[in-house]
Amino acid sequence: MEFFVFGCAALMILVGAVGVITRSHPVHAALSLVLTLFGVAVLFVAQDAHFLAAVQVIVYAGAIVVLFLFVIMLLGVDRVENLRTEPLTAQRPLAVIVSLGLIGILVAAFTTGSGALHERGEGIIVPDLSTGTDANTTQLAESIFSDYVVAFEVTSVLLVVAVVGTVLLSRRIKSVEVETSK
Amino acid sequence: MIAALLVPTATWYLVLSAILFGIGTFGVLVRRNPLVMFMCIELMLNAVNLSFVTLARELNDINGQTIVFFVMVVAAAEVVVGLGIIVAIMRNRSSVTADDLIELNG
Repeated sequence: MEFFVFGCAALMILVGAVGVITRSHPVHAALSLVLTLFGVAVLFVAQDAHFLAAVQVIVYAGAIVVLFLFVIMLLGVDRVENLRTEPLTAQRPLAVIVSLGLIGILVAAFTTGSGALHERGEGIIVPDLSTGTDANTTQLAESIFSDYVVAFEVTSVLLVVAVVGTVLLSRRIKSVEVETSK
Repeated sequence: MIAALLVPTATWYLVLSAILFGIGTFGVLVRRNPLVMFMCIELMLNAVNLSFVTLARELNDINGQTIVFFVMVVAAAEVVVGLGIIVAIMRNRSSVTADDLIELNG
């Protein structure tokens, strides 16, 4: 069963990821990204990270991809990009070498180092569906609001800075607008 | 025997996340549309999140899931700022490729 779930989710992830880098239309790339994000959410559920799966669907597949599509429409760049041109000589072969080498190094590290993994920490509570309570969310909340409460508060500062910075970036200054409209 | 081999172990998940990370790297290196480059960065972030969750289960440690939560928050902030920058640069421009930024060169 878990093999079936893993196979389907891995297929979704890989098809979506290949779609992102091969589709010449930005909107198609964004929709392929949704497929990948849903596949990752499925794997989160398969590994008992239920809260993160929900956040993955809401924040990534919901908010971030909608933001991407919104910017694509706003900029009017929803036209096909010519993927045949290669502005830099030998860029693509070098990129293939770099990414395949990266995958090779990571896979080698994972396969040789998997024996070094041993359990530590206090354990993850596997949710019991019969009781109706969400143990994963409870445990994650206890971790965030006790051990990492300072980081959580700093996160709020980060979000405020990001919002204010984006508003400043995208604001049109009046005098500049007059100059450009002439 | 076969049934035992078909149970996904942590290595399967980690190898999948490595492949996803590699695909994202390739996209960032090759694609010229800055929006698509951003999507490829999201792919790489998701690969890292997947490996965090896998190792959280493997090591039986909830902190792996906690850090994924923070990575998601930072990724959301990063997308907002990055798209704001792209909109600010590309607003008065018809073609949008990363190569056009060469005219920032003084």
